[in-house]
Amino acid sequence: MKNELKLISGAMVMLALSTSALVVIPYLQVHDVKPSPGLKPYTSAELRGREVYIASGCVYCHSQQPRPKEMAPDFARGWGRATVAGDYAYDDPHLLGTSRTGPDLMNIGVRQPSEDWQLGHLYQPRAYVPGSTMPAFPFLFERKARADKEDRVLELPPSAAPAGQVVVARPEALDLVRYLQSLNRSTPVLAAPADPAASGATR
Amino acid sequence: MNTVAILLSAFVLSFVALLVFIWSQRTGLFDRSSRGAEVIFAPGEIGRIEEPAATAAGRGALQRTRDAAQGGATGHHDSDELRERARADASTGPVVFFFFCCAIVWLLVASAAGLTASIKLHEPDWLVQQAWLTFGRIRTIHLNAVAYGWAPMAGLGVALFIIPRLLKTPLIGARYAFAGGVLWNAALIAGLGSIGAGVSDGLEWLEIPWQIGTLFALGGALIALPLVFTLVNRRVDHLYVSVWYMACALFWIPVLFIVAKVPGVHRGVEQATMNWWFGHNVLGLFYTPLALASVYYFLPKIIGRPIQSYNLSLLGFWGLAFFYGQVGGHHLIGGPVPHWMITLSIVQSMMMIIPVAAFTVNQYQTLQGHLGALRDSPTLRFIGVGGLMYTASSIQGSLEALRSVNVITHFTHYTVAHAHLGLYGFVSFVFFGAMYFTMPRVTAREWPYPWMISLHFWLVSTGFATYFISLSIGGWLQGEAMLDAARPFMDSVAVTLPYLQGRSIGGAFMVLGHLVFALHFVLLVTNFGPQRDKPALFRRFSSRELVS
Repeated sequence: MKNELKLISGAMVMLALSTSALVVIPYLQVHDVKPSPGLKPYTSAELRGREVYIASGCVYCHSQQPRPKEMAPDFARGWGRATVAGDYAYDDPHLLGTSRTGPDLMNIGVRQPSEDWQLGHLYQPRAYVPGSTMPAFPFLFERKARADKEDRVLELPPSAAPAGQVVVARPEALDLVRYLQSLNRSTPVLAAPADPAASGATR
Repeated sequence: MNTVAILLSAFVLSFVALLVFIWSQRTGLFDRSSRGAEVIFAPGEIGRIEEPAATAAGRGALQRTRDAAQGGATGHHDSDELRERARADASTGPVVFFFFCCAIVWLLVASAAGLTASIKLHEPDWLVQQAWLTFGRIRTIHLNAVAYGWAPMAGLGVALFIIPRLLKTPLIGARYAFAGGVLWNAALIAGLGSIGAGVSDGLEWLEIPWQIGTLFALGGALIALPLVFTLVNRRVDHLYVSVWYMACALFWIPVLFIVAKVPGVHRGVEQATMNWWFGHNVLGLFYTPLALASVYYFLPKIIGRPIQSYNLSLLGFWGLAFFYGQVGGHHLIGGPVPHWMITLSIVQSMMMIIPVAAFTVNQYQTLQGHLGALRDSPTLRFIGVGGLMYTASSIQGSLEALRSVNVITHFTHYTVAHAHLGLYGFVSFVFFGAMYFTMPRVTAREWPYPWMISLHFWLVSTGFATYFISLSIGGWLQGEAMLDAARPFMDSVAVTLPYLQGRSIGGAFMVLGHLVFALHFVLLVTNFGPQRDKPALFRRFSSRELVS
């Protein structure tokens, strides 16, 4: 090969093809998709909690994309129906995730709505789920000798409660739990048509 | 829009385009001679080995292996041309040295962060008091230190060394590369700091905030400038295959990065497809071509024999450029994305077997009869293993894209093991080898302790084998447990624990190997150890040394 112009232009055409297939056409297909029925924009507390979720890297162990029933038993585990593009209409950045070191969280707000459970579980996961490998997040909480009037005090199992102290939630922990409680994609959507080739944004 | 029509037309169009491009670049495609492959040798130099990382005895043995297989150099080599190469080497020495120093620092940072993250996966209550040490952040620091620190610094350093040699032209404007390198590393420090502090764009492989990303773009452009200047002012007519890979990688990466990072465009599901278009292409269209270019240069140079089939390398290159760009969608199989896109990605993942086979056959044929050289050449040992791992990881990746395999391996540690086979077993091994070759040319001094090179090799090889085998088994069992509705989810966690511990042990060996490598590097540049008679940094080369 002798001509660098041919080389580079050829290479850029190849990249343009890949960009159109994986970025441009999906953009045209789904960027203005309608939110799923019943889906509301996140509140500001939920959005702050979403930032904590991102900052803590929850996405590296938890997906937010239950697979279809015919593919995997995600529904049977209580993780919810397969999601559609409209379920993510308010998600920026997306948090689909690619790892399930922990369970899928797309419907954790339905499965585990209790604020007490969520807060305590963040403080010490192994007090609630024996054998869990989720890290504890003590830096989202504060230990005090006595709680103030407006403090959110955790109801911890005796095994996890520090002796002679109370554990109170910092605002980040409360926001994060608001976000987790908001994760709910359980409202019915139009099922995917039988022919998968014809689905996509339209389903 | 009718998606079937889009898919069909895109496929037909792209396939025709591929054929047209190969045809337009075909000069000598069906020519059985491979004069193009000889461009890396000076006239009369074929048959003469070059391996600065080996000891004198090793070089003698290498040359004997070569002579036994094919006969030695035929004529007197052209000393003008070797002086040219020495000038090219001298023009790149300081800047290559700077890039390699950065690469090694980031290698150590990434190693420490990676090992910490690995241990945290089976010791979840270890080091939990500090937010920046939590798994989700330290893991991300590991990934970014590799993706934007070690791999590009080493790869670009090798490119800066090889390209002037291949173009037989001294590097023009090395100071731009210096400035770019400084900017790039400043950006990376800021980026890792912000991840540690919890400021992140939230996309895998793209966590560093886009504001800092502009510094990367600027730094990258400055690094590429001297290479473009040198390309335009080259004195050689034919562009060797390594130049194709490296030049294209340098043009691809800014497009990838800018499209991915431009704020306010991507959201929701479309952002997920863009995310994996980037995540896979940064491997396939940046690190992979840089590493393949290194293999295509160093392997024939060390054994003193041109690439067996130059035409196969043409097929390998354009096949990679075409197919690899479209495979990223296989990260979203079963996800809420358009089905045609996933099918397209699976098809192209399988098609990747074509360029991989072209590369593998070519390397095997070139090495045939010279396998003894693996014993004597430290560079070749790393690069040989790296090349083999390229084949292995690519075939594994193609198979993982199949729905029947993916349904098990998706969402598990198996994918992590696969990613390391590519970026460590292949790319990092090749860069280790390339650095062993290059540094003696930069410092004009031999590696002081050859046993440390062997120790490095065996530590990282056994460590990585332990890492990969352990994590692959653990990931597979995890996937099977998750797919069995009768077993509780916690089974899929418990089953991985012994394998995660195995991975940490393997990882610890890899870290040890990196420490040995870094120490040896420091000993070389500070002029410690035996052979102190030879001068240290940045001395000009004489052609006598280059021939030795």
